[in-house]
Amino acid sequence: MPEPILRVENVVKHYPLTRGIIFKKEIGQVRAVDGVSFDLMPGETLGIVGESGCGKSTLARLVMKLEDPTSGQIWFEGEDMAHLGPKAMRAKRRDIQIVLQDPYTSLNPRMTVGDIVGEPFDIHPSVLPKGDRKRAVQDLLEVVGLNPEHINRYPHQFSGGQRQRIGIARGLALKPKIIVCDEPVSALDVSVQAQVINLFESLQNEFNLTYIFIAHDLSVVRHISDRVGVMYLGKIVEVGDEASIYEHPSHPYTQALLSAVPVPDPVGRDERKRIVLQGDVPSPANPPSGCRFRTRCWKVQDICAEQEPPLVQIGTAGGQYAACHFPQERDILDNDVPTAALDLSEMPQE
Amino acid sequence: MSDPNASMAAAAPETVEKETYLGSDLPPAPGDKEKSRSLWSDAWRELKSNKVFIISLVLIVVFLIMTFFPQVFTFGKDPMACDLTKSRQAPSSEAWFGYDNNGCDVYTRTIYGAKASILVGVFATLFTMLLGGFIGVIAGFFGGWVDSILSRLTDIFFAIPLLLGGILVLTSFPASDSTNLYSEVAKVVLALGILGWTSMTRIMRSSVIQVRNADFVVAARALGAKNSRIINKHVVPNSLAPLIVLATISLGGYIGAEATLSFLGLGLQPPVISWGTMINDAQPYIRVAPFMLFFPAFFLSIAVLSFIMLGDAVREALDPKLR
Amino acid sequence: MSEHLLEVDDLYVEFRTRDGVAKAINGVSYTLDAGETLAVLGESGSGKSVTAQTIMGILDMPPGFITGGEIRYKGSDLLQLPEKERQKIRGAEIAMIFQDSLSALNPVFTVGDQIAEMFQVHRGMSKKEGMKRAVDLMEQVRIPAAKERVKDYPHQFSGGMRQRIMIAMAISLDPAVLIADEPTTALDVTVQAQIMELLQDLQRERNMGMILITHDLGVVAGVADKIAVMYAGRIVEDADVLTLYGEPAHPYTEGLLASMPRVDTKGEELYAIKGLPPSLLALPPGCNFNPRCPYKQEICLREVPPRQEVAPGHGSACHFWEEVYRARTDSAS
Repeated sequence: MPEPILRVENVVKHYPLTRGIIFKKEIGQVRAVDGVSFDLMPGETLGIVGESGCGKSTLARLVMKLEDPTSGQIWFEGEDMAHLGPKAMRAKRRDIQIVLQDPYTSLNPRMTVGDIVGEPFDIHPSVLPKGDRKRAVQDLLEVVGLNPEHINRYPHQFSGGQRQRIGIARGLALKPKIIVCDEPVSALDVSVQAQVINLFESLQNEFNLTYIFIAHDLSVVRHISDRVGVMYLGKIVEVGDEASIYEHPSHPYTQALLSAVPVPDPVGRDERKRIVLQGDVPSPANPPSGCRFRTRCWKVQDICAEQEPPLVQIGTAGGQYAACHFPQERDILDNDVPTAALDLSEMPQE
Repeated sequence: MSDPNASMAAAAPETVEKETYLGSDLPPAPGDKEKSRSLWSDAWRELKSNKVFIISLVLIVVFLIMTFFPQVFTFGKDPMACDLTKSRQAPSSEAWFGYDNNGCDVYTRTIYGAKASILVGVFATLFTMLLGGFIGVIAGFFGGWVDSILSRLTDIFFAIPLLLGGILVLTSFPASDSTNLYSEVAKVVLALGILGWTSMTRIMRSSVIQVRNADFVVAARALGAKNSRIINKHVVPNSLAPLIVLATISLGGYIGAEATLSFLGLGLQPPVISWGTMINDAQPYIRVAPFMLFFPAFFLSIAVLSFIMLGDAVREALDPKLR
Repeated sequence: MSEHLLEVDDLYVEFRTRDGVAKAINGVSYTLDAGETLAVLGESGSGKSVTAQTIMGILDMPPGFITGGEIRYKGSDLLQLPEKERQKIRGAEIAMIFQDSLSALNPVFTVGDQIAEMFQVHRGMSKKEGMKRAVDLMEQVRIPAAKERVKDYPHQFSGGMRQRIMIAMAISLDPAVLIADEPTTALDVTVQAQIMELLQDLQRERNMGMILITHDLGVVAGVADKIAVMYAGRIVEDADVLTLYGEPAHPYTEGLLASMPRVDTKGEELYAIKGLPPSLLALPPGCNFNPRCPYKQEICLREVPPRQEVAPGHGSACHFWEEVYRARTDSAS
């Protein structure tokens, strides 16, 4: 068994809610990430899915060390990142890079494409002698499928998909080992989205990259990921390899999420049964006691409010873990939907 | 379901786009050999086609020529060459704007008066822009207690009216008999600048706060960029536009403030010529010789107006919401 | 020929901007009957929303200009009606819901006030009556505790609940046509499912004609009866939902379907349509899709392909639709 390249252990991030201008008083906490652990193996793609507010983007920032966790550890190649000095940290940054969601705001509008893609070399001058930089930038542009002659253009002269390619080129410049992709295709049109997804896949093969791929689009995540983690209100509720999560989800939330994804195929659409969840996601400032999903779950029992279910292995094959008191494998296209779920959907609650 | 058939797969992921259709925002406009178009150069193109901008720019250039080469307009006349016998003579073909109380040519003095006003305006603006901008960047970028302290300090200074502060500063200055234009100008610049920076700080701070958390700053941080680099390369260039607009408009305001202080006898002192001192001189004779007041006041208004118009045009060109 | 509820006939709209004339809609025609769901599918800039805005009469003019075509509602051309007449139709006969519910609702009035206003303005009801109707409607769109919540302000509702309120306002006057412009794009997937189900139920109950504007092939497959695929201001293909997904006859539709990752299978490498959507300021000559098309021939650069009947009720604007069609049937067999 190879060593994980990244190990995230029980990471917590709470943001204080304050009131007052000069004398700030803490009146509560937003539990953005509340105890998340996972291992990332070299060369794999870990998909993280969840709805808005589930903490997946905060998790990305914690892994990137753009924010410090409230508690918990992140180990990169066996080193605890919290104990790195500023200098060592800056060197480590070369190994973990990020690609952000919005291709319109993630590029500095006042810099040329050459300066944007070349910025990593300015920050880490030891990587490349100055004379070779232009060549390197042009190579990077070519790798991501852009015309290397456009080095002097500005971001607003490119379309959304092309800008996302520029962002990817910047992320690749320092030859990182891990790239954290935070909703990298959700702002793109369908026809362009496929191009960028393919680019991610071919770059992974070419440069032996490890991805953490964060997205709300379950179809995209399935397509690109080897393993998938499902987040709900700051916690991973289920994690496992792509096939088990998508074929045999065992956590009710995963089941509901998957059944809600529209399938681009009208054949048999009226037979397809959905678990339509009641209500909305509760506020992360005031999560429910016990299991956080219990307010929307159709299997809820007393124990769910009292005890928080731990993430435990499901089945014997290994690799699939769920945090539920009543986990049950279920085929997403199965028709035996619990009737309670459907009844409850008539009356969604806030 | 529709599997991509053979012909499509063959043509499939061919992704290099270098031909004519480079994205929806890129029309290959005729004559526009589309190379490098920065946002600043876009703004400049926009400005060039704006009539208000052209008019105000022409006026400002005229005022700048008056500042540095007044002889161009005065045909070599000396503003200090006065003839008491001509005191308060009305405008004529010989003296277009008439003569003032001391028999000096109002036209020549009005032209020479531009220098003090424009210098005060330009330097007060530069002073407040640098000081205010700097404090604004620090407060906005670092946030937290740094921001709390600097912002409260700004609020305190902001609460004192600009003119009142100017009067306070100038009256507490030791009265000097200096007749040197530049030291006089410096005094007034200081008096205006010591309170004027606050609005620059406020606008810079809010603009920096908007940019501080932009994705491209996050990306630079992720690359390991230090704060100094993030401020210089990413934050300042992207938050400068509102400051530039405010500065252009303020420039007109400072020219007006200088005139007011000089009119009150506190700003520039005779024999330094400025529009403010001329208006001050004219004030007792407003009924008998209104032209003494009218011409410097008119020039003052035009100068203030042209900078405000310039500011408006610049705002229009730089405001991303309007493009 | 029988009369349709709503008929868009050869519509042309352009935007005259500083940079030139953007040809947003170039000859769009479609029809809608009562109780029918028409999905208008397209990417950003395809003109799908502009068409809807033109039907509603809420297009920004200028810079927008309607340069040709008719929009017939129950037989009369909306574009020829005086503004006063149109106002009577807008909201009461043809209603619309938008993507961004937060900015579409007025933040300083309660949601009850805003729903009740519809009745006060269009039906001359008293405020009290209007409020009563507002509660009814909020119950119909399944907002829990409607009686209490009618006095809440928009920001006190979640995104999904706000979208329900928008729907309540839209259906308040029993419109015959409901236009939904990306109604679920801003919502999470579980909430999206709730809203689509609600829209579908309401439409069936009230026998409304619904135009669903979206870029999401998944949403369309779930609810549409027929589909019009738009590209660069033209309808490139139209068909009933099963035909369009099963037997597309336009290379763009075919490419879109193949480029969608799917949640129910892992799939191989995605097919990617090469290149980018064209600029509306400088549309390619001939067929607008030709720079990206794998079937491109010389004629595509010269001639705009007209709509050709593939089968009754199935049209494709492609010179080589037969090849697209045949290539699939061959590979399938």
